[in-house]
Amino acid sequence: MNKRVGQYTVTFQNPPEIMGSYCVTGPKEGQGPLNAYFDHIMPDTYNGEKTWEKTECAMMEMALTETIKKGKVTAEEVNYVLAGDLLNQISTSNYALRQIGRPYIGMFGACSTMALCTAMGAMLVDGGFANRVLCAASSHHDTAEHQFRMPTEHGNQRPLTGQWTVTGAGSLLLGAGAEAGIGAGAGAGTGSGGGSEPKIRVTSATLGKIVDFGQKDANHMGAAMAPAVAETLLAHFYDMGTSPEAYDLIISGDLGSVGLELMKKVLDKSGFHSLDTVQDCGCLIYHTHQDTHAGGSGCGCSAVVLCGYLLDRLRQKDLSKILFVGSGSLHSKESLLQGESIPGIGHAVVIESE
Amino acid sequence: MGTKSTLIKVTPQDYDKMNKEVQPKPKVLRNCVMALLVGGGICLGAQVLINLMFLGLTSGMESLDEASVLAKQKEAQTLGTVCMIFLGALLTGLGWYDILVSVGGAGGILPVTGFANAMVSPAMEYKHEGYVLGVGAKLFSVAGPVLLSGTIAAFLIGVLRFFF
Repeated sequence: MNKRVGQYTVTFQNPPEIMGSYCVTGPKEGQGPLNAYFDHIMPDTYNGEKTWEKTECAMMEMALTETIKKGKVTAEEVNYVLAGDLLNQISTSNYALRQIGRPYIGMFGACSTMALCTAMGAMLVDGGFANRVLCAASSHHDTAEHQFRMPTEHGNQRPLTGQWTVTGAGSLLLGAGAEAGIGAGAGAGTGSGGGSEPKIRVTSATLGKIVDFGQKDANHMGAAMAPAVAETLLAHFYDMGTSPEAYDLIISGDLGSVGLELMKKVLDKSGFHSLDTVQDCGCLIYHTHQDTHAGGSGCGCSAVVLCGYLLDRLRQKDLSKILFVGSGSLHSKESLLQGESIPGIGHAVVIESE
Repeated sequence: MGTKSTLIKVTPQDYDKMNKEVQPKPKVLRNCVMALLVGGGICLGAQVLINLMFLGLTSGMESLDEASVLAKQKEAQTLGTVCMIFLGALLTGLGWYDILVSVGGAGGILPVTGFANAMVSPAMEYKHEGYVLGVGAKLFSVAGPVLLSGTIAAFLIGVLRFFF
């Protein structure tokens, strides 16, 4: 059976199950409206480490190991780990994976990394190349500031379109269902236990292409990513023959409040008008009084909102079908200083609960 | 820039227009008032400090001629500036100065305390990368452009003054 649908989308023949997930956040996210959904909230941004880079690394390690526990598997059963972050050479993931000891595929999709990892992980599992795949992404406000902006303690006024990089790491475990497991032994336990909880599966994925509309403002990345996210959504709708009404929730990664508005306008102009179910992780993660301006951003933003809030709501059957679309702006500090614009990208996965 | 044909029915030109429409408007009046209060507050504090220094430096002196008054005033100003730089550095170290600037904007950046912040914050940030290639190499990463343009401006004014 051909798993490709249309130009951009793949559907999964045996949709991989999300067997477990875990997310850890910083204190600011812990004061946000979604705090009840986070598995662990660190008391401060260092959490006992000497540098923020080490903290981010420890966060990802924690997310990965706890996900393995929650999925009720052993580390040896994990065939691949797909992970990524925002730092140069995706160093957080590289260092975090020292302790995991499983085959590792580093992923970089900027802030779309969680969606990218989930899509690729699902392909590996449904393709029969893996039985259990861990997907993870992380970001840390201060490591991102360190790399992309000014020293953390430097005083400056952030523009109103600016977003706040989320301190957080999220991870989820994808597994082939018992019926499709490679090797009976490993495929036996499908994890979610009890039987009362619905199985949550990744049913299709649309990987996006780079769309660059010439935006150059690193303090307004929502505007750089919105056309790319809209493009991926349209590709998904056309390929699958669906429209926004087919999903309980369409949620972008970190467009922020201004970017989300722009993305809705682009969709509206492109012929899709009922957009009440369209939301953004960056808009949900903080209260407005937390002074983040346009909302949250970073790999961790969509990772913790997916691995905490969204999967919980799917488990509670509060939502039954979501279209999760990660948004990434694939620039570097140097490329912007040299006058280049920001290439945007969007990767979408459909997650359903049975 | 460069994007191959897209499914979305918006051109980059249309998009620029849409982007301008949705830009949030900054509260200019409020920002100006806060900058005045924060910047003015810092300068007022500095002036009080300088006046106190002057009183301290001249206390016990019976009679002062004009030249020594001027000299003491200069001394008080220097000491006051040093104190303000110390305070700026201290508040940066405590993690408070960036909060002050997020409220006061240019009111916090322009005074000498802001300059202290621009020097101390990279020193703190790059400490973990070593004292030579970390702090040493990146200490001026924020203040460097300010120092450079200040030096060039001083040179140009000096040349003008030499000729006229």
